[in-house]
Amino acid sequence: MLLRFRLNGRPVEVEVPPGRRLLDLLREDLGLIGTKEGCGEGECGACTVIVDGKPRLSCLTLAIQVEGKDVFTVEGLAQIGKLHPLQEAFVETAGVQCGFCTPGFLMAAYALLLEKPRPTREEVREWLCGNLCRCTGYEQIVEAVLRGAEKLGDARA
Amino acid sequence: MARLRPIPTVKPKDLAEALRYLAAGGRPMAGGTDLLVSIRKGTEKPELLVYVGELPELRFLREEEEGLEVGAALTHAELLSHPATERLPILREVLRTIGSPAIRAMGTLGGNLVTASPAGDGLLALYLLEARVRLVDDAGERELPIQEFVVGPRRTALKPGELVRSLFLPYPEGNPRSFFRKVGRRRALVIAVASLGALVWVEDRRVKRARLALGSVAPTILRPREVEEALVGRPIAPEAWEDLVPKLSAATQPISDLRASAEYRRKVAGRLLLALAEALRTGL
Repeated sequence: MLLRFRLNGRPVEVEVPPGRRLLDLLREDLGLIGTKEGCGEGECGACTVIVDGKPRLSCLTLAIQVEGKDVFTVEGLAQIGKLHPLQEAFVETAGVQCGFCTPGFLMAAYALLLEKPRPTREEVREWLCGNLCRCTGYEQIVEAVLRGAEKLGDARA
Repeated sequence: MARLRPIPTVKPKDLAEALRYLAAGGRPMAGGTDLLVSIRKGTEKPELLVYVGELPELRFLREEEEGLEVGAALTHAELLSHPATERLPILREVLRTIGSPAIRAMGTLGGNLVTASPAGDGLLALYLLEARVRLVDDAGERELPIQEFVVGPRRTALKPGELVRSLFLPYPEGNPRSFFRKVGRRRALVIAVASLGALVWVEDRRVKRARLALGSVAPTILRPREVEEALVGRPIAPEAWEDLVPKLSAATQPISDLRASAEYRRKVAGRLLLALAEALRTGL
């Protein structure tokens, strides 16, 4: 089928079987390899993207499910030459170690901040419950999200 | 593990078209959070997926005098944020614990129902509310009480070609307290080892009426009627419920699997009753 949707703000048209996973469509057909495949069954959150403002697992989403929708991936976060404030915060707090889970955490955190621009520590911990990281021990990630929220708040003010 | 090859998938434009695909042997998919995992594992091999997740006919919410009719393809997140579900606190309490934010934004109440897992958290609320399942196929519609719709672990009374259109959730009369506790190894995405949900009507510090539902300790969600009846008239105090702990344990028919042994499940189920009493006493 000819699938039409918006990807990181730009309209995309791509010929794809409707039953292809969004993850494969992004990584293999469109070359956006920022989104990662961890477990492939919805346990780890590494493949999290944003669809119409809500977090979604791209490994459990079929191409047809994003028809006409707005898809936002980690590639959409940074502007040319400049990291997104949330990404900066992850770097500053050492919320990144091996980096494999990072795009998923970033997108999950981004979805949280869309819903709650100034979450509490507990809300961040609660929200990120669907993302696994084997390196950081999570503390730095929670710290990064809180700091990212602060930076974004300052940028808006 | 096998990769998920593109499965032939169609997106019908309306319910009538969807029902035609289903009559021809298609398999409905809404959120996909269960079905796509099963397909990947090879335990499900549908030849055709019929994506019903965006059909307007399955995505409505209607407040009636007696209760709330919920379209089968509304997501957990949508139900949680809709003002109409404020009158069903037990539903919200249960849905809040499902999966993770992403899973809640994807998975639907109808899908949770049709998956019919004995550990299905959403189901627990449906049993407590005594939900009625409204089904549709190309020949017409019918309605089944939840406990007749779920016939076994991952087995339902759905006939070939039939689709869950909506769930009718009667408002409980009066103002029962709601309780939900799930025991598992990780808070997120946890498949419960045992869970207990309850609606308890309290009068003068005593149980006037109670509905209990246990998850993960029997082939389907379990309503332990004898314990519900035995609770009537009891004071809200764990010590006054001690003798019902073995009774509740005895009502379960758990299995051993990699998450927990049957014996552990039986014990935990019984102890959850005391957690309920404690929660009621401290005012939740």
